[in-house]
Amino acid sequence: MTTTTSLTKPARTAVAAEPQVQRRRRRSFMADRRPGKLTYLALAGLALFSGFPLYWSLVVASHDNGILGEVPPPLGIGPNLFTNLERAFGTVDFAKALTNSFVVSIAITFSVVLFSTLAGFSFAKLNFKGRNAMLVMLIGTMMVPTQLGIIPLYMLMAKIEWTGTMYAVVAPGLVTAFGVFFMTQFLREAVPSELIEAARVDGCHTFRIFWHVVLPASKPAAAVLGMLTFMTAWNDFFWPLVVLTPEDPTVQTALSTLASGYIQDYSLSLTGTAIATIPLLVVFALLGKYIIGGIMQGAVKS
Amino acid sequence: MMKNLLYRLDVKGSPYLYIVPFFLLFAAFGIFPLAYTAWVSLHEWSLLSETHTFLGLQNYRDLFADEYFWNALRNTAQIWVLSTVPQLLMALVLAHVLNQRLRAPTFWRMTAVLPNITSVAAVAIIFGQIFGKDYGLVNWLLETLGLGRIDWQAGTASSQIAISVMIIWRWTGYNALIYLAAMQAVSKDLYDAASLDGASSFQQLTRITVPAIRPTIIFTVIVSTIGGMQVLAEPLLFGGASVTGGSDRQFQTLSLYLYEVAFSRFDFGYASTAAWAMFGIIVIVAAINYFLTSRLRRSS
Repeated sequence: MTTTTSLTKPARTAVAAEPQVQRRRRRSFMADRRPGKLTYLALAGLALFSGFPLYWSLVVASHDNGILGEVPPPLGIGPNLFTNLERAFGTVDFAKALTNSFVVSIAITFSVVLFSTLAGFSFAKLNFKGRNAMLVMLIGTMMVPTQLGIIPLYMLMAKIEWTGTMYAVVAPGLVTAFGVFFMTQFLREAVPSELIEAARVDGCHTFRIFWHVVLPASKPAAAVLGMLTFMTAWNDFFWPLVVLTPEDPTVQTALSTLASGYIQDYSLSLTGTAIATIPLLVVFALLGKYIIGGIMQGAVKS
Repeated sequence: MMKNLLYRLDVKGSPYLYIVPFFLLFAAFGIFPLAYTAWVSLHEWSLLSETHTFLGLQNYRDLFADEYFWNALRNTAQIWVLSTVPQLLMALVLAHVLNQRLRAPTFWRMTAVLPNITSVAAVAIIFGQIFGKDYGLVNWLLETLGLGRIDWQAGTASSQIAISVMIIWRWTGYNALIYLAAMQAVSKDLYDAASLDGASSFQQLTRITVPAIRPTIIFTVIVSTIGGMQVLAEPLLFGGASVTGGSDRQFQTLSLYLYEVAFSRFDFGYASTAAWAMFGIIVIVAAINYFLTSRLRRSS
């Protein structure tokens, strides 16, 4: 009964799940839920719902402000995108903001993946006193928004004179409880304990086991965790807003500068959102299916 | 002898080495600030002054008598209900639609998550334009239909609906994927049997799927409660980066109030009190959830 086993054990990633799903469904020939026209109509509605606001932001970003008041409003891409881009880069230092966001996100991603893999290995495969208690504590802290500690965090950064610098943005993001939890769950199943025992019998010390056995095995989960972390870091808003100055912003806090003020310059601020969103959209278009796998995998496990 | 000692040190001691970097950083930038918040909340503590007078629980007494705090709490709760209920219902239906043998399933899933890729700041700005009074798309549509324009920002209900739409847009697809992952673990035989008995697709959703994925539904409710307490960028940017959340504070959330007290009034002591109160609310909501869940489990 391969079908039942594959049902009780949720597939580790959505990518891996595909063949199983198909095998499972081929067997139920009688009452397969074959999607009809109505389904695709609903999905077209979904595409409109998801895509339209983003498309609309491009429409606004490519027009002059004056045209937006016309009835009916323009629904196509206009001719002013480059003028607006020039204006946006002139109003806020977007080149600096983009660089800052890239540096911050990459540093955070690298650190989270590294330390989560190390700690996940220890939690999943090594025995030590207090392991379960620490794991329970870890899961407990996942429920508490770090936003609540933002005031002492700011005081700490002021004390070590990191406010206004990218160090202050990176430091609190260096590790996440979620990352450790995620890698622990993955490594528990991905690396058989027998393999580790065998390596020990052969005289491998723990770090060599980590390096030669665990690290290669953790690659798929590390990639997914890396992408999710990068996205979160890129989109982070509250903490950078608190700790940075408008002169040296990340992309998200630069948006806040563009959007502030009594008279709204919509062409300008929506050009800004396009600048902030497009890098992630490119990543998403290329690697989206892995990101989806990560979201679904995190869901099944937690 | 020496080799044996090294081996034992490696087996017994090294596990701690791998978790130490994580716990050190986590303690410094995660646990410490959270705990220190409690200490700061007991003081008159301003960024502008070096002395910090101990106040005991005075800040808490002030907070419970603070009209703005209750206003922010009420707004947060209202926005939470307005955004979470439709969002999770739509996510269920969407997951049910996605849980079929579709052509190009990955494409449709990506479509569902697309809003979640968009940053919260961008979402708030884009929807701020869509809900704009003069050039907004929604008002143009309302006018075309013969209904008048609405000043979305001005009213309590209208501004909170606009903010809830931002949250719904960003999170529906994400929650749908979480439900979809849970649905894929439900035995297909149940659906086959139900179809043979003539159950409609909607009946299958309510009678089979929802009971089967109930733990996941509760999980998403808890997560969205915690998320609901953190709503900040939407009201901040919807109000043109003003910290009050509208002229009458009609859409100021708890997080935005915290931000106002801490970084516009620089009253760190009082802001810490608000933060600690928010922590208390999360604990209470989680406890209620836990209580309801265990009762549900016992009754079924």
